[in-house]
Amino acid sequence: MSTEVVIAGAGIVGAAIAAALTNAGVGVTIVERAQVGGGATAAGMGHIVVMDDSEAQFALTKYSRDLWQSLLEVMPAAVEYEPAGTLWVAVDEEELQACRQKQRYYDDHQVVSELLDEKALREAEPNLAPGMAGGLLVPGDSVIYAPTAARWLLDHALEGGATLVKGEVEAFESGGVRLSSQRLACDIAICALGTAATKFFPHLAVKPRKGHLVITDRYPYFVRHQLVELGYLKSAHSHSTESVAFNVQPRRTGQVLIGSSREYDQTGSELNDSLLRQMLERAALYMPDLANLNILRMWTGFRAATPDKLPLIGLTRPGVYLATGHEGLGITTSLGTARILADQILQRRPDIPIAPYLPSRFDGREAS
Amino acid sequence: MALLDDNPGPGGQIWRLHSNQWTTRMRASGCEFLPQATVFEVRGSHRLGVWMEGEAHDLTYQKLILATGARELFLPFPGWTLPHVMGAGGLQALAKGGLPIRGKRIVVAGSGPLLFAVAAYLKSQGAIVPLIAEQTTLLDLALFAAGLEANKFHEAGRLLWDLRAIRYRPSTWVTSTTAGLVRLNRGKPVPCDYLACAYGLIPNLELARVLGCAIRKGTTIVDETCQTSVADVHAVGEINGIAGEELALIEGRIAGYAATGQTIKVTRHLPRRARLLEFRRLLSRTFALRHELRKLAAADTIVCRCEDVRFSQVQAAADERDAKLQTRCGMGPCQGRVCGPACEFLFNWPAGTLRPPLAPVPVSAYLNRQP
Repeated sequence: MSTEVVIAGAGIVGAAIAAALTNAGVGVTIVERAQVGGGATAAGMGHIVVMDDSEAQFALTKYSRDLWQSLLEVMPAAVEYEPAGTLWVAVDEEELQACRQKQRYYDDHQVVSELLDEKALREAEPNLAPGMAGGLLVPGDSVIYAPTAARWLLDHALEGGATLVKGEVEAFESGGVRLSSQRLACDIAICALGTAATKFFPHLAVKPRKGHLVITDRYPYFVRHQLVELGYLKSAHSHSTESVAFNVQPRRTGQVLIGSSREYDQTGSELNDSLLRQMLERAALYMPDLANLNILRMWTGFRAATPDKLPLIGLTRPGVYLATGHEGLGITTSLGTARILADQILQRRPDIPIAPYLPSRFDGREAS
Repeated sequence: MALLDDNPGPGGQIWRLHSNQWTTRMRASGCEFLPQATVFEVRGSHRLGVWMEGEAHDLTYQKLILATGARELFLPFPGWTLPHVMGAGGLQALAKGGLPIRGKRIVVAGSGPLLFAVAAYLKSQGAIVPLIAEQTTLLDLALFAAGLEANKFHEAGRLLWDLRAIRYRPSTWVTSTTAGLVRLNRGKPVPCDYLACAYGLIPNLELARVLGCAIRKGTTIVDETCQTSVADVHAVGEINGIAGEELALIEGRIAGYAATGQTIKVTRHLPRRARLLEFRRLLSRTFALRHELRKLAAADTIVCRCEDVRFSQVQAAADERDAKLQTRCGMGPCQGRVCGPACEFLFNWPAGTLRPPLAPVPVSAYLNRQP
């Protein structure tokens, strides 16, 4: 098989694209400088979630969640798929009202959800602080362990004839990709390097948005669903420099993963003590007994954020495609991204409208 | 002045709460002793986060002396996770803590002078030690003995006299064990109740690494006053290289005097330290691990006990981080303190990244804190 496409980056997005193109019989070479799934893929939570901040965001997350569900039978146990569901927690009547709105939207868009009142919420999650108004349970959402998912998708591509090259990309050139050690000739290059894409495309509307995560020792059933405060949307989509939100996840191992924080204008991986404290205080406000769980590890990672909260999937210049800008939704939308990017390359008709994700939407606009 | 210790009392792994002239002098010195105090984070320059009495405390310092000691190195072989298998020092510590060993048959195996000391202690407590299996060669041991200075030679001679009834076999190592039986690379299987097995000691470098102290070949790099590469941080004892009690005591005094500006007193101990550094080099040469020990694990032998990761899974990984990400090797409660050094030896991997905290602490350690 000849190499027609070179993919830069073996995170979950690059691996999913490799799998999708290999399935279509395209010759693929994938370049990774370090570990497969070792960047933002490893740093994130691995939450497969439908989000409805915009129609386009909903379309891509719902489409991707369906794709994940279609793979359940062939997914290896190492991916640790956990059908935990997302529980959007409403602290007061105002937020519960927002849950009702959200539910109407989901009803109209064929997403199953269930409104929980105060009592039902307590039963669903006994460790939440008493007095919360209720919540909205979205049972179709799930949790995976993303590094092994990326490895699985990549292995699928490798079995189908793709090649993995260890190396650092130095430039996207006409008709090829230059690495430090060699040049890979190709018809099409795909940049799936997350925040590092800006190194090669300086005017790209992508900015790193730093996040902190904390994982505990094993406390099985302490948390049963992915719990997210309803205010998450406000914090995830605010443009302020720093924000935290209650976002807690049960791992298959019984561990509890605690998030989340968002921070612009940071490039170092060190912990921000004050933001970390705010994040954990927020978590303990929602779940007081979290304070007693032992922390095993804390780390940071970088989301590739765009001004309109939508990824960049498509041609950026002749022969070069982008697949980046997924912010906190890269694990969820990796499969949808791979599918609609392959559709563009193979000139197939996509299942969802792709215009909102095309990089050309920012043409003529400087990155904000 | 404050002395922080993870343990409930002073004395570390060797003295283990038994008071002696040094602990008595420490108590009498006016030094504040803080037991069960765990340093869990480095908070910028000259400031540590310490978990103590169920709370996080900030501790600022002008001078810091690291005396974090060492732990045993365990290498995986079939059966090493069975309940009758312990560390050498580990079994000794359990016996001191009350584990009944009188009349028990205990095979002592692995590498290093600790095996002698452990066997002698077990024997003194009424255990039967049918065999000490030492992986290094007789030639290396002979060169070691020849290289010892007189007082060390007498010490070794006394230990050997105590152990005269015990078979001490060089070039011998455990290949596998099942309950009640130890198999060796040569000779017949040996019946036993316990197997005490450790491949020497490795420095506890975690705090030194997080402080940014320069490390080479698994030890801190210090100058003759035990000053590390980081200003106001000294390191003493086993973290500078495994050499035992005598050098640890000398270095402790040197660092103590150096940190308090008593330069003349420092110089008094320098010649003795220099001679003991020879002994340290001799030790590490003599008990260097042979490459056959990399081949003991079977495909299904567990390497990471916290996360039940098997040898074949780790072997398939590209590097240390890939093993972590794909198999969770080293990601459990001990954070790779046990399997990490084993993998460094087995696969020639460099030491992995340390993520905070340095020891598991509750979420509450990070709540309501001063910035």
